Amino acid sequence: MSFLAAATPTTTWYLILAAVLFGIGAVGVLVRRNPLVMFMCIELMLNAVNLSFVALAKKMGDIGGQTTVFFVMVVAAAEVVVGLGIIVSIMRRRPGATADDISALKG
Amino acid sequence: MGTTMQYPSIDWLAVTPLIILLAGMMVNLVLAALTRPWPRAWYALGTVELAVAAVIVEMFLWHDIGRDGSRVVINDALSIDHFTVLCWIGIAGALALVSLSTADYLRREQLDGPEVYALYICAAIGAMIMTAANDMVVLFLGLETLSIALYVLAASHRRRSESQESGLKYFILGGFASAFLLYGIALLYGSTGTTNISEMGRVLSGQVFLKGDDAMLLAGIALLLVGLAFKVAVVPFHFWTPDVYQGAPTPVTAFMASVGKLAAFATMTRILLVALPTRIEDWRPVVWVLAVLSVVVGSVMAVVQTDVKRMLAYSSISHAGFIMIGIEAAGHVGDEDGLPSVLLYLIIYSVLVIGTFTVVSLVSRTGDAGSDLGSFRGLGRQRPALALAMTVFLLAQAGMPATSGFIAKFGVITSAAANESYAIAIIAMVASVVAAVLYLRIMISIWLNDAEAGDDARESVRVPFTANVVITLATIFTLLVGVFPGWLIDAARTAASFAR
Repeated sequence: MSFLAAATPTTTWYLILAAVLFGIGAVGVLVRRNPLVMFMCIELMLNAVNLSFVALAKKMGDIGGQTTVFFVMVVAAAEVVVGLGIIVSIMRRRPGATADDISALKG
Repeated sequence: MGTTMQYPSIDWLAVTPLIILLAGMMVNLVLAALTRPWPRAWYALGTVELAVAAVIVEMFLWHDIGRDGSRVVINDALSIDHFTVLCWIGIAGALALVSLSTADYLRREQLDGPEVYALYICAAIGAMIMTAANDMVVLFLGLETLSIALYVLAASHRRRSESQESGLKYFILGGFASAFLLYGIALLYGSTGTTNISEMGRVLSGQVFLKGDDAMLLAGIALLLVGLAFKVAVVPFHFWTPDVYQGAPTPVTAFMASVGKLAAFATMTRILLVALPTRIEDWRPVVWVLAVLSVVVGSVMAVVQTDVKRMLAYSSISHAGFIMIGIEAAGHVGDEDGLPSVLLYLIIYSVLVIGTFTVVSLVSRTGDAGSDLGSFRGLGRQRPALALAMTVFLLAQAGMPATSGFIAKFGVITSAAANESYAIAIIAMVASVVAAVLYLRIMISIWLNDAEAGDDARESVRVPFTANVVITLATIFTLLVGVFPGWLIDAARTAASFAR
């Protein structure tokens, strides 16, 4: 594993990692059926974006991208509050419901 | 450490409408928590007063911009131009109308309390920030302020499981879309080095890309378009709309379809025309495809529905397609008709959709469940005035001359034709004929269908005073603009330029 030790991570590495994480999150939202897990996948996507913001800001030597991350974290926290509220109110009515069970609306 | 913090200078007049609404929301929540419950209509009345105050200040602001010119304020974070102010007037007006139509809905459904109004105001603030944003980060914050309030509003009917389902679906898909939008912003930031929208436009106009060098920029534009397309609900990113519109409490649906669409489209036009005017060749074909798919799929799917709220959801998708046609036209170099036609359509559609959904909310009766076509049966005999108002709204949505809807559709189609996009203009006209079938189906149900057994046992449709006011105002606006459109067209033309 000596070649790994010799390599220095570049911005591109982080951008690729972020893209992979974003992809995992996006696929997760589409294939998982548990509302909580879907929600966690959205958080994963947001954090992947945060990683690209930081990597790009570091590359350009610009503080703007790093401060953006704080705003995104605050927004994600607000989303958690509202999202969990909605999920809890559904689960209280129908314990153990998955996304397939919550499908009264269709046509 | 002698450094002092640099504060941006603030243009107070420009942010007064925001401050009025924010302060009003706080006062609403604090008073509601500290005092005993008020008579319910008071909360609505307070919200209407706030909205009217905001509109008055916005009128001053409009005049002020006409005198001193448009500008970007607060470290270039907000752009204060006629475009912004016209959207603000539309949003505040929609806030007033929706609050009025909510007043009696809440009484009927026994969902008392000030929270709904506070959330409306919060969403309106988010929408206003979004339309004014001249920085991608501010835009994102405004978008989330709007969206998060709307998630709660959609789920706010606590006893209807459909409402909760609608809230959850909206939340998951809205969050999904936000993540795409944000990734797009990150990649644009990576390729231009700024999150400021007007700065981005300047950087891109001075930048020459070698072949294959602009991959990150193109990926950013694509992700941004996906995120925005979700928010404005155009095909193929529309699939959440029917479920969410149907499940949400009807006045909330009206709010989403008016304020939500207005803000998302205003943002979309600003990003595309201010930040990316040099990349027109990249985004215009995408907008073309989205527009055509939306008018066709929206119109066809609307016709086969049996639930009126679902029909109107699909019809809103087709309307979104028409607005996209205007944006496509605005994407031609030197075009002057596209942007005014988009603004005109947005304002006219907002009023129309609020009127329509207010009638639907009355006809749905207690429990908010009777929004199928059958509920409209016999409305013409039972409530002729209400049925007549609904007919006006439906004819206007179909694009009947002498109503505002005609002016809106005429505007976008002529702007498409002026840029020689004949294919899109013809497709749009054919689709609007198909969509007319849907509006006719509702009208037939209202006026012609015979009573069936059990109809007499239904609760009769009540028309409370506040809803009456909303429907009357919306009808007057629809007919007035239909017959005398000049003043609104002039306003839209004045508003069709951006502060950079």
